Amino acid sequence: MPQVLSDPSRHGDGSAQPSWSRRLAVKLRLNGQPQIAEVSPRITLLDWLREEAGLTGTKKGCNEGACGTCTVLIDGERMNSCLTLVAQCEGREVTTIEGIAGADGGLHPVQQAFIEHDAFQCGYCTPGQIVSAVACIAEGHARDEASVREWMSGNICRCSCYPQITAAVLDAARRREGAP
Amino acid sequence: MREFEYARGASLQQIVAGLGANAAIIAGGTELLNWMRLGIADPPRIIDLGGVDGLDRISREGDHLTVGALATLNMIGEDPLVLAHATALGQACLLAASAQVRNRATIGGNVLQKTRCPYFRSEVPLPWGCNKRQPGSGCAARNGINARHAIFGWTDACVAVQPSDPAVALSCLDAEAEVVGASGCRFIPMKEFHLTQQEAAALGSDGAELETRLAPDEIIVAYRIPVRNGARSAYVKVRERASYEYALVSAAACVELDADRIARTDIALGSVAQRPWRLATESLVGASPTREALAPLIQAAMSDARPLPQNAYKVTMACNAAVRALLTAAGQS
Repeated sequence: MPQVLSDPSRHGDGSAQPSWSRRLAVKLRLNGQPQIAEVSPRITLLDWLREEAGLTGTKKGCNEGACGTCTVLIDGERMNSCLTLVAQCEGREVTTIEGIAGADGGLHPVQQAFIEHDAFQCGYCTPGQIVSAVACIAEGHARDEASVREWMSGNICRCSCYPQITAAVLDAARRREGAP
Repeated sequence: MREFEYARGASLQQIVAGLGANAAIIAGGTELLNWMRLGIADPPRIIDLGGVDGLDRISREGDHLTVGALATLNMIGEDPLVLAHATALGQACLLAASAQVRNRATIGGNVLQKTRCPYFRSEVPLPWGCNKRQPGSGCAARNGINARHAIFGWTDACVAVQPSDPAVALSCLDAEAEVVGASGCRFIPMKEFHLTQQEAAALGSDGAELETRLAPDEIIVAYRIPVRNGARSAYVKVRERASYEYALVSAAACVELDADRIARTDIALGSVAQRPWRLATESLVGASPTREALAPLIQAAMSDARPLPQNAYKVTMACNAAVRALLTAAGQS
């Protein structure tokens, strides 16, 4: 049987031993700008964004991956920043809610749709909802109400604005396709 | 979360060396970081698997699919090869967790997730007994809230279930885990990978701590899934919310039909034991794929169920889920 993946000769830089660190300098891009994050290995992307990078748009809700309010894009894919170590972002492009709007400060179509559809009350989950919706639409998972409800289920809204959020995501998806 | 030393593994050789140096492996991190927050794990070192090239590959080689351990649940759930040849696995991946968790969670780590028993998933110091967390402290769920716990394979030491969706599909599809350790490579059939508490006790453990046949110095690098012509599969998950919830019960079924009769079928149930629970399916061969024919046969195959005080509903629900998975695989529903 071919054992392709486990063949050690396919991998490696020659050194058999890993190199352990207690401090890291992680090179990444944050909303288009190069950054070096100097962190202890245990620091999550969420805590670094809020406490060190000064970007408090990304919210801390459950801090265990259950609520989705900390959602960011990593290389364009939505992920929970509370479940991601900064150490795991070496060479990655991180986009937060602060990086969603256009360079001229104009609202992203998803942001505009959330306003028009009144898709929030308290607003705490909104940054995560919008970042998640941008990815949901890009993935092609905003086809109809059922697909939006399924593919947006990782973002909890305790004010229960789900009908308005669903309408906003669908509207933004339609506008992206250029339909009326 | 306490401080730890971190290393990015550049090769499997380095990962295995890290395991030998008291390191925990991180891939997606969706489980490990929460374990560290709760005090379930407290590793002095963490080695990152993310730098090892090629481990996220999904490919077909002859009569089997290979799914690399770093493939994420979303990658697998939308992969054309998986959808064509291992449908139940793709469905199970997309019915797990949420879209953003599935972009991080890997299939290697997924089967090693720990039970969702709320007595187990509590922050230290635990105000109740849990033999998984503190050996010898007892099992609060055994005589407590156990509606979501096991109906097969449990002991008085522990009544937890394994919550993974993909593991149920992998078991049903006769997949094997390719694992690598300091002493080389081996394959573990996924229907034997996890251990019930009874099986763990028979191996000399206290029955609560030991959950898999993976050795502490081993890592899953891939799964091999046989591709059989004419076989079709499906996964059914029953839960209290429509999305983003763990299963009450689930079922994966794979079926081959011959002249509208079942020629071969394999069924695995999820969230009923600490491992995916394969049913004996010999009695189903020759049966017609209808609810009326299948329900009594599957019910009989579950006659050894031992429900706890609060979870007798799982026997009926798992039987119905299995019927529905089999009918869906057979194209009859």
